[in-house]
Amino acid sequence: MFAYILRRLAVAIPTLLLLIIFSFILMHLAPGGPFSQERALPPQVLANLNAKYGLDEPLWRQIWNYVYGIVVHFDFGPSFVYPDRTVNDLIASGFPVTLTYGTLAFVAAIMVGVSLGVVAAIWHNTWLDYLAVGISIGAQVLPNFVMAPILVLIFTLWYRMLPGGGWSFNDPSFWVMPIIALATSYMASIARITRSSMLEVLGSNHIRTARAKGIPEHRVILRHALKPAMLPVISYLGPVFVSMITGSVVIDMYFSTGGIGKAFVDSALNRDYAVMMGITILVGTLTILFNLVVDILYAWIDPKIRY
Amino acid sequence: MQSLASTMVEHEVKGRSPWADARKRFVRNKAAMFGLCILIFVVLFAIFGNWIAVWSNEELDFNVMGQVATMGQPSIENGHYFGTDDLGRDLFSRTVQGTQISLMVGVVGAAIAVIAGTLYGATAGYIGGRTDQLMMRAVDILMSIPYMFVLILLLVMFGRSIAMLFLGIGLISWLDMSRIVRGQTLSLKNREFIEAARATGVSTWKIIIRHIVPNLLGVVAVYATLLVPLMILTESFISFLGLGVQEPLTSWGALISEGSKTMAYGTLWQLAFPLFFFVITLFGFFFVGDGLRDALDPKER
Amino acid sequence: MTKLFTTTALLAALALPAFAPALAAQPGEGETLAENQDLKFWILDAFKSLDPQLTSSRTDSDMIRQLFEGLLNEDSTGAMVPGVAETWDVSEDGLTYTFHLRDSNWSNGEPVTANDFVYAWRRAVNPETASEYAWFMELMNLVNASEIVKGEKAPEELGVTAVDDKTLEVKLTKPTPYFLKTLSHSTTYPVPQAVIEAEGDAWTQPGKMVGNGAYVLQSHDLGVEAVAVKNDQYWDAEHTIMDEVKFITVNDQNIGLTRYLAGEIDWMNTLPAGRLPQLQQEYPDEAISAPWSCSYAYIFNLSDKGPEELKDARVRQALAYAIDRDIIVDRVLQGGQRPAFNWVHWATEGYTIPEEDWGQWTQAERVEKAKELLAEAGYGPDNPLNLSIQYNTSEDHKKLAIAVQQFWKAIGVNVTLNNYEWKVHIDRLNNQDFEVARYAWCGDYNEASTYLDYFRSGGYNQGKWTNADYDKLLADSATAENPNDLYRQAEEILIDEMALAPVYHYAMAQMIKPDIRGVPLENVMSAWYAKDMYRVAE
Repeated sequence: MFAYILRRLAVAIPTLLLLIIFSFILMHLAPGGPFSQERALPPQVLANLNAKYGLDEPLWRQIWNYVYGIVVHFDFGPSFVYPDRTVNDLIASGFPVTLTYGTLAFVAAIMVGVSLGVVAAIWHNTWLDYLAVGISIGAQVLPNFVMAPILVLIFTLWYRMLPGGGWSFNDPSFWVMPIIALATSYMASIARITRSSMLEVLGSNHIRTARAKGIPEHRVILRHALKPAMLPVISYLGPVFVSMITGSVVIDMYFSTGGIGKAFVDSALNRDYAVMMGITILVGTLTILFNLVVDILYAWIDPKIRY
Repeated sequence: MQSLASTMVEHEVKGRSPWADARKRFVRNKAAMFGLCILIFVVLFAIFGNWIAVWSNEELDFNVMGQVATMGQPSIENGHYFGTDDLGRDLFSRTVQGTQISLMVGVVGAAIAVIAGTLYGATAGYIGGRTDQLMMRAVDILMSIPYMFVLILLLVMFGRSIAMLFLGIGLISWLDMSRIVRGQTLSLKNREFIEAARATGVSTWKIIIRHIVPNLLGVVAVYATLLVPLMILTESFISFLGLGVQEPLTSWGALISEGSKTMAYGTLWQLAFPLFFFVITLFGFFFVGDGLRDALDPKER
Repeated sequence: MTKLFTTTALLAALALPAFAPALAAQPGEGETLAENQDLKFWILDAFKSLDPQLTSSRTDSDMIRQLFEGLLNEDSTGAMVPGVAETWDVSEDGLTYTFHLRDSNWSNGEPVTANDFVYAWRRAVNPETASEYAWFMELMNLVNASEIVKGEKAPEELGVTAVDDKTLEVKLTKPTPYFLKTLSHSTTYPVPQAVIEAEGDAWTQPGKMVGNGAYVLQSHDLGVEAVAVKNDQYWDAEHTIMDEVKFITVNDQNIGLTRYLAGEIDWMNTLPAGRLPQLQQEYPDEAISAPWSCSYAYIFNLSDKGPEELKDARVRQALAYAIDRDIIVDRVLQGGQRPAFNWVHWATEGYTIPEEDWGQWTQAERVEKAKELLAEAGYGPDNPLNLSIQYNTSEDHKKLAIAVQQFWKAIGVNVTLNNYEWKVHIDRLNNQDFEVARYAWCGDYNEASTYLDYFRSGGYNQGKWTNADYDKLLADSATAENPNDLYRQAEEILIDEMALAPVYHYAMAQMIKPDIRGVPLENVMSAWYAKDMYRVAE
């Protein structure tokens, strides 16, 4: 197991390098640069800007300097578009926000989704089941960029219950709408997966045996059925996590949360090379780590899997 | 997506050709048949919708322009069956045209993923050994790249075009496909008919194309059905970011995103009609996908 | 509401003689101040930089104007009033300006001196600073500005010197009629040398930043909100009523409007297109439109890379005629904008826009004429004209491009639309990689030359239109008794040749809470100072 983790981590490094080089080249191939603007800059100013940010060097040298800065100094460089800030500053201000509402939404999606799925499976083919399936399919196909403005209309304008945007680590009322908007569609997929896998487990031989032995139904479900039924759900968590970071673009735009989702899209559009690279690397690293955690969790629950 | 992969690996489709049985099971599945009817309806709408449209998708109705909330409502009389958009263009013909684009993105994107994934997975699984190890390790590596980010980059870098959209969306999802297909191939590889083919000296490539791939069609079909809605959802997100197709062309994502911006101003139909088609289509694909899986799964619950 | 604002503004303008000390707006008779004096202002995007010399965005300037003060300020009508400079003299040849500074302090208690301006202005032109607005100092015609920007001379040679702590002397290369009007721009604001040298790039962070404006930065949460509170060290602090200004970022205009209606925002100065009429019915006290000095046009690529067809003036005229500006203004934008038949914004100070014949025709007549012109130029059903319109990503530009596509279709021109993001749009414009492109110009100062300079040979002029007479008129205007006459003659040439198809003159459709007073709706530069505003009790 330990060796397996090490091996996975060892693969992570070339993966990240690949990602860095790929995005770096892509970014530099793009038309328009960070300093393209209406009044073309005087050549001297442009030359100074390029020198200041090291853009006058050959591409391979830039990549090397960039990677060197990260590895040796943990320095992701200065932002081209926010001259007062470094990429480290921007990530330090945005990432905790994204992480907070992302984690909460993640937990909420799992808890509500699993409960809904289990309820639907236990009361299979009753009105409860249909309701749960109806809700989850409905929630899954409603894009969050439709959901977000609806939430603001309802909770901010009509009922004046929640602030329509902004962020504070001390005031949970700012968190509610981002979490709902982000969690809903994943909650729905988790519910559907839980339901079908629970149905299958409940129909399996070992549950029939348990029931035949006279074990009370709630114990059968909690002790014997839930754990194996969670396997497909767990393998779904990796992709969910990644899509949530993508979904945070919508959250940041509609709720002014100041997270890294909006920062990424802005940096790509503004050709803010360093910020874009920094966030790509951050998200890439998180993806790798998270997939690893999911695999370990999977192995821990399913004793049949050996690495 | 992974869940799908693992669920399907668990219910392996057995090699005997149970097509007739499967069809019977599928036809008996009410939800699946309902889903199929929806999809047929949507496809007919996309193909023949323009026959009943009075306006084109780009004409501005100057009578409506500027007073859309009062004059642009859905109406049979002036030919705007679904009302008009914020600029006074006919929403019916725009929805028809958006449906064409979104379905195309969904189907072509899924097709790219399926073709690439199947060939890659079948090759890796059939050849086995070192090659298999190497090819699958590459998939592992590629899996940990945040694809939506790469897609955004691609669209920003190379400009927006339908071709880029197809390619980008297809690229995102062939990885899962290749894993599933590889698993299936491993179990097929030692069957008598494959061994027989090998013994008579058929080339590796031919075996993969002629014998392995056709036997994977069941799994591939199920997976493809469930992939299409994912493609459509991805496209809608891209359109929301403003990186979708060029005006005057449109897509469901673009229409929904525009409609959601104006929903507080008394023009709810601008959101409602495109969203309706979007939602029923996704429902349809989900139902048909589930139905196909149940039908092709001999362990029917 | 509009009326009330107009009268107060007029009274204020009448009451203030040209060189009267700038006084903050005071509540009038019968107005009681509200308990809470705070202003919540909507901004679309996060601040890029709060460094006066490094910023290049309008949003940033709105904040910087509260945190710093230049030599001059603008009053509610846009007229220049004393800021840090109490009085000033101009030499007879118009080349030397001497400013006498008032006693005022930085927010850390240090006095503001003439040297702070010298430092700031040198910093702006110094190539090492790499300021994107270094060109502004060239526009001001400061001695040696261009040479320093090009790296040919040292920043110390810039034509600005501190005679003593309270006297600043500025030398210009040529008489510049608009020079004083440039002095309220953020690039010219003083900055504290000691603080910048001690803190480096981080000096603009709350807690570290030191300014000389009426407010100090209290907090800044990037992309969420920034708060500025009253600065007790400000020289006119006793007349400053508003205690706090909060800039709230909302990236979506429609959500911004929802939050305004929910009471979370007090002032939203750019409403989504098409929303004003409905809001004016529902909130007659709050929905308002005010002219804003920017012009919208489609420019034609007349360079060698441009299409041959556009080099025929008749084609350009036909295209300009065919655009139905009333539909664009009244049906699409609906925010109080005006149809444009010329380039310079109609509300520009001291300028009367030229009366163009075609501006008086009906649209039917224009379309008729356009068809004739196209036929003369040899285009018709058998030989249709094919063009592409390039625009940058934005809901409004998209709507206009779609409408123009339809207008041109009506005279037999086939148009394809090309949408690029801003950076690419700008790159293609600068490299003449376009046929027809959407463009807008916002005045840098309130005078016609800021618009006309765009089309000078060697100006930004991305379509590469050139005309020797035009250039001469602009050159002569610098020393002319009444430059506005020359400006108008130049603009007549520009429109006769149809170097561009003007579309509309901007206005800001906005929502302002009814208890907020002192919003400078008469100022076409839309420069506002929170120190001049206050809230009345309802």
